[in-house]
Amino acid sequence: MSGVRVLVGTRKGAFVLTSDGTRQEWSVAGPEFPGWEIYHVKGSPVDRARIYASQSTGWFGQLIQRSDDGGRSWQPVGKEFAYDGIPGTHQWYDGTPHPWEFARVWHLEPSLTDPDTVYAGVEDAALFRSTDAGETWQELSGLRGHDTGSRWQPGAGGMCLHTIIQDPVNQGRMFAAISAAGAFRSDDAGTTWRPINHGLQSEGIPDPEAEIGHCVHRIALHPSRPDVLFMQKHWDVMRSDDAGENWHEVSGNLPSDFGFPISVHANEPDTVYVLPITSDSYRFPPEGKLRVYRSRTGGNEWEALSAGLPQQNCYVNVLRDAMDVDSLDECGVYFGTTGGQVYVSADGGDSWDAIVRDLPAVLSVEVQTLP
Amino acid sequence: MIRVALPAHLRTLASVSGEVALDIPGPAPDAAAVTLGMALDALEERHPVLRGTIRDQATGRRRAFVRFFACQQDLSHESAEFPLPQAVAAGAEPLLIVGAMAGG
Repeated sequence: MSGVRVLVGTRKGAFVLTSDGTRQEWSVAGPEFPGWEIYHVKGSPVDRARIYASQSTGWFGQLIQRSDDGGRSWQPVGKEFAYDGIPGTHQWYDGTPHPWEFARVWHLEPSLTDPDTVYAGVEDAALFRSTDAGETWQELSGLRGHDTGSRWQPGAGGMCLHTIIQDPVNQGRMFAAISAAGAFRSDDAGTTWRPINHGLQSEGIPDPEAEIGHCVHRIALHPSRPDVLFMQKHWDVMRSDDAGENWHEVSGNLPSDFGFPISVHANEPDTVYVLPITSDSYRFPPEGKLRVYRSRTGGNEWEALSAGLPQQNCYVNVLRDAMDVDSLDECGVYFGTTGGQVYVSADGGDSWDAIVRDLPAVLSVEVQTLP
Repeated sequence: MIRVALPAHLRTLASVSGEVALDIPGPAPDAAAVTLGMALDALEERHPVLRGTIRDQATGRRRAFVRFFACQQDLSHESAEFPLPQAVAAGAEPLLIVGAMAGG
């Protein structure tokens, strides 16, 4: 019988939640790497036993862990992320030049075709690739080396490359997003990149044609239709129908269009999920009610999904890597909160249950659908 | 032989339960000439997983929240060439690698 494995990264370790295809009964394993911040854990779509994890602390720096048995055991692999050449500078918060300095790995994106190839998005923003299962890492410096790189500025959380998407149809096409530089696209497997931010409007950037400077929080696509992108920006939910060349707003009737994650239903390319947050000042759900919003029309028309979610006194946040879907026939939707809850809906969002309620603050949720 | 005491997270990472005993490589080094850098080099040689966790791999700079102590002395700001106290070099006292108290 099919099943799911939910990989959860938290402020104090990693957890693995497993269930069969009914997604009713769960077993919880962990914490792995107790006491360490686990920004991201993600499995290879080619080899489901292969999982990569980003482990770090302010004390002892960055490690990468790899599992070859579905998360039962782990081994530390390569952790040297050396910028290519002389790194140069980007802009600091006050507009002065600031040297590029590696801080941590935010996001790991295993290859769609090779379990030994994995991409890493890091702070200060850069893209790295390993082709030997994480043992060594090389920068794809065409991104950071773009003409605009010296003008990129960090967001409040640091200047992080947090989103990496491989186009499953158009060979060599990749997308990346950086806070607060914006979205970028490569059409040559990551060698060269260009900004794709036309149509984004950001408060504080007076130039409506600004090529960079946009605080993109997350991008998502459906693999059957990779030219259609959905974006949760700092403010605004956006859509592109031409692989990022142009964006238009689809926030519609959302109670707030500030938020972090955005996900697309596994079987319905026009069904999209967001989790509105009151504002960048408050960073908790509107009215203390935790609600996922679903659009079945590719944006603009949104319905609140609240069955099983707390509808009073809820003041958690849901971070950009903390929502995912499985690919079972009845698509499951999952998200984790800064309050330590991981919620599942086994019916596309109509109803929700907490798998766990008291984990450390959740940083990331990734789902593997098992045969 | 010198002794090194690691903080808990690094003991877990290196899969050791107590102090680490290290032979300083080289032709019969004069105990008085064992430096802080030699001790860290030997530690990282024995446990490669610790590279980068105590000092930056590229620059060799001590990580900000890691401190070095020995024989009631704070050695955190000493250079790699700093000679360790005789009692540490002789294995009578450990070199303490300590994670600073911080965080939540």
